[in-house]
Amino acid sequence: MSSKLVSMREAIAAHVHDGDTVAIEGFTHCISFAAGHEIIRQKRRNLTLARMTPDLIYDQMVAAGCAKKLIFSWLGNPGVGSLHAIRRRTEPAALAAGESLLEIEEYSHHGMVGRYVAGAHRLPFYPLRSYSESDLPKVNPLIRKVASPYGGEEIWAVPPLNPDVTIIHAQRADAEGNVQMWGLLGCQKEAAFAARRVIVVVEEIVPTSVIRSDPNRTIIPGLIVDAVVCEPYGAHPSYVQGDYDRDNAFYREWDVISRDAAATEAWLQEWVYGVEDRAAYVAKFGADYFTQLTPPPAPSGSVDYGDYR
Amino acid sequence: MSEQRPASKSELMVVASARALTGKRVCFVGVGLPNIAVNLAKRTVAPEMELVYEAGVFGANPARLPLSIGDPTIVTGSTATVSMHDLFGLYLQGGRIDVGFLGGAQIDRFGNLNTTVIGAYDAPKTRLPGSGGACEIAINAKEILVIMRQSTRSFVQTLDFRTSPGNLGGADEAAKIRTAQGWGGRGPTGVITDLGVYGFDDDGEMVLRSLHPGATLEEVRASIGWEIRIPHDVPATPAPTVEELRLIREELDPTGAYVS
Repeated sequence: MSSKLVSMREAIAAHVHDGDTVAIEGFTHCISFAAGHEIIRQKRRNLTLARMTPDLIYDQMVAAGCAKKLIFSWLGNPGVGSLHAIRRRTEPAALAAGESLLEIEEYSHHGMVGRYVAGAHRLPFYPLRSYSESDLPKVNPLIRKVASPYGGEEIWAVPPLNPDVTIIHAQRADAEGNVQMWGLLGCQKEAAFAARRVIVVVEEIVPTSVIRSDPNRTIIPGLIVDAVVCEPYGAHPSYVQGDYDRDNAFYREWDVISRDAAATEAWLQEWVYGVEDRAAYVAKFGADYFTQLTPPPAPSGSVDYGDYR
Repeated sequence: MSEQRPASKSELMVVASARALTGKRVCFVGVGLPNIAVNLAKRTVAPEMELVYEAGVFGANPARLPLSIGDPTIVTGSTATVSMHDLFGLYLQGGRIDVGFLGGAQIDRFGNLNTTVIGAYDAPKTRLPGSGGACEIAINAKEILVIMRQSTRSFVQTLDFRTSPGNLGGADEAAKIRTAQGWGGRGPTGVITDLGVYGFDDDGEMVLRSLHPGATLEEVRASIGWEIRIPHDVPATPAPTVEELRLIREELDPTGAYVS
């Protein structure tokens, strides 16, 4: 087994290029802010950013000038309100001089999940019942109708999405990139299998024997993984089930910061450009900060797979 | 014990919404007021109800009020935590959801909803979050309850964008299309606002069913952008009980973040 362990700097330099379609997936849970910030530091440009919920990470990447286009299904600050940096690039009246509107391609959640599924299965479309009598197909010509080959009915279809690179965060992996995850699973598995390249970021690297002691918990095999990065607290201010809570105070604070372009830029200078890497970001908060986000334990029972020889 | 202060408008909405869930088995939950309403229903009129969250949880037992739809508290202690492909495919499109809660920036007289844009789509005055799961919840849940505060900006004659279909242009059209396109649900059955509870009549149009304590018909008319159907005798929404208010204030929203 060969180790794919690299630093975040190396992973982004090798696998994320200008003009790529990038999916940093994770539904509220396990969003790799560490990868997003490194993409900002490496000044990637003209990216097409795909995510069901762009969340703060794409608001920050849009503010930093990385994106030309967004593909999404729900564009808000979850539980708080709007993504103001993105709104400044989608509402003509809010557009700053010299800025252009972002390209927008939007779906519903089921449609967005279905795009990754079709991409992962190497199929030409994913059929679903959503979109009947909605205006969404009128503004997104990629949402189309298809007749059932078995007669009778027509069904809506969305096209495959195959990101150039998918980046996911999880609790643990071995050095080869066999990833185990628990809590909300979002569409990480589908987005990873759909991608040309995959970067996995984890809280902890474990021996392969740990992975193999609980194979049902593996969501992605090392087979499809190009780089493994160990980045404790790499999902902050989102969360990792069992390790740390969502930093809801920061999600609320971003609502204030991001309303103002200058304050947003100052935040990026201090917390992204101004720190060398995620370890420096974590150190800047201080250890106590993360202690207050650590939940009391609630371990699962264990199951017995049996020793068959 | 000190005297209970009277119910706020938000509390009236939450209590009326919870009561609308009497006897329901599987409910697709949103954050904010629907979330409090569903958790209140589970403690009062629907103890057997399964809470489903679009983030991928069936049978949630949240120990705290989730701020976001993907809060870790919906996972710990749940019956099943699944991928979103499973949640939207097997559970929602597969017809396992009895009732879904929706809200929006705009609703029309037939219960169609807009959560996408105010203004033109290509040059919006306000860019809203979009569908999320709303479009498929509207189509696949067996029935839809809407929770929204009333104002002429939100209860409008014409939507700027139809994100999620309700009764379309009326009951006949909606019934035809639901059958032809194999929808799993019958669309909106109730709208709960800060002023009253609404249903839909045989034409598929919204009609006032009860008026909350303290609200007037003048307020109702003044905050709806079309001539709302009001029957001759509108009953009052039964006032919240002492126990319902206690549950909201002491257990479900002790800091008053949502309902104060």
